[in-house]
Amino acid sequence: MDIFPLLNSIRIALISTAVIFFLGIWAAYCIAKLPPILKGVLDVILTLPLVLPPTVVGYLLLRVLGPRRLVGAWALSAFGLRLTMTWWSAIFATAVIIFPLMYRTARGAFESFDETLAWSAKSLGLSNSFIFWRIRIPCCKQGLMAGAVLSFARALGEYGATSMIAGYTPGRTATISTTVYQLWRTNDDALAFRWVLVNLAISFVVLLAVNLLESRERDQKEARRVAAR
Amino acid sequence: MSLLVDIQKRLGDFRLNVQLEAGEQTLALLGASGCGKSVTLCCIAGILRPDSGHIEVNGRTLFDSKRRINLPPQQRKTGLLFQNYALFPHMTVYENLRCGAKKSPLARQRMDQVLHSFHLQDLKNHYPHQLSGGQQQRVALGRLLLSDPDILLLDEPFSALDSHLRFEMEGELRQLLHSFPGTALLVSHDRDEVFRLADTLAVMDGGTVDICGPKEQVFSRPGTLSAARLTGCKNLSPLKKLDETHLIATAWNLPLATDEPIGDAVYVGIFMHDVIPGTGENAFSLSVKEVVENPFSYTVVLQSGLGMEVDKPTWARLGSNDIQVCLPREKLLLLR
Repeated sequence: MDIFPLLNSIRIALISTAVIFFLGIWAAYCIAKLPPILKGVLDVILTLPLVLPPTVVGYLLLRVLGPRRLVGAWALSAFGLRLTMTWWSAIFATAVIIFPLMYRTARGAFESFDETLAWSAKSLGLSNSFIFWRIRIPCCKQGLMAGAVLSFARALGEYGATSMIAGYTPGRTATISTTVYQLWRTNDDALAFRWVLVNLAISFVVLLAVNLLESRERDQKEARRVAAR
Repeated sequence: MSLLVDIQKRLGDFRLNVQLEAGEQTLALLGASGCGKSVTLCCIAGILRPDSGHIEVNGRTLFDSKRRINLPPQQRKTGLLFQNYALFPHMTVYENLRCGAKKSPLARQRMDQVLHSFHLQDLKNHYPHQLSGGQQQRVALGRLLLSDPDILLLDEPFSALDSHLRFEMEGELRQLLHSFPGTALLVSHDRDEVFRLADTLAVMDGGTVDICGPKEQVFSRPGTLSAARLTGCKNLSPLKKLDETHLIATAWNLPLATDEPIGDAVYVGIFMHDVIPGTGENAFSLSVKEVVENPFSYTVVLQSGLGMEVDKPTWARLGSNDIQVCLPREKLLLLR
């Protein structure tokens, strides 16, 4: 069994999760401070990829990144770089798809943050960047980690947009999900089933991790609440 | 004056319009919840921005709408103590204290001093959720003092504590306030706590300061209905003015003579402990409606709701259906 699809899936998921982890946190932090109307509009736009069919996301991405489209043509002429049909093209697709997951969990984590901590830190003279990195992020750590793990799991399973923008080339762009589809199409049932088992195992572990993180956060909050009385 | 506040702010339907002055002493803001006392504190600390006005501490302008000055909270040096103490939950006691201390060669030494004087040496590696409410308050106060504040802002400092701890922590805070060189502003709705801790008292109601003065004066002459309520006066009645020194308390249906001219007062009040058994002027024979036993006294509710507090031996002497009570004219509060 050629394990390239597994490695490719994991590297795509890892890179897109790493990028989206910071982007999602940044978006959640900035948007929370905007006036309500702008906040509502931006929130809808940023959450849209969560509810759109992945094929629609893939289509829209091709409209932008395709070799004859705006960004794609520019990258080709400026750097001689084709943005589609390479292994890393899939990163664009997974990043867009998982962004809402990270953004929304980060927003939830920030909303449950006790703002008096930031206020008292400010009046103690602590700088805004200290407050963000050393107080706000650590206090929301568990929620943010859960968001990252969930995003990773979703990125690992992305099929629709990935297959449109990166295609399926064995040994080059194949991921677990596109491989399963391809094997099933070519009647290689036994191998397809093996890949299904691999995928199930990974998803199982990841979701277990999410649950553990969330229950630990709940326990800590509870302990703090009881202690505060 | 080491604290000068004159600010206006609108929050929805609520209008805040506060003028305060205080020297190097403890000023208490007494008010029911929603009167704007916490908002005032937040404006001084720079968490909320007033619409207009002026805030000055020790001659340093923190906010001035006309001169477009609005210092960020970090530069205000206002030591703000929150109701929940706002300790950083992921840091130990020592790390929390270090957040208050400035980076200086003396920081370590000063932190050790604070650990010692607040009895926290054995707890320095504990996390906030492992501490009792009183210990949490000590850490918060220590952290606050390490940041060298010009003024202390204390928002309901005892509301998160059990009553037996409250007394103990109040004593510690009283000592701290005595040794603190600048102004301290204490926000509370508890009149006893305020009387024990503060020198000057400002009563707030509906976003404005009703009355401000030395605490003894505010307690003996509240001046307004809301101030009388907050200082614990439970006998309050609308009045009908007969002439400058005679009125009818309409809720109790009693004619009363006063020392002070009635002026434009619309309410008359008297503390329960000022209603005494006796005869003479402003004395009436009233029937007893209800007797409530307290640990060391009785609260006696008389006809038409007038209440009096009598110690137990005195009540044992009185004990009957109708009693003679007197509302001494010098004890009557005339309220706007």
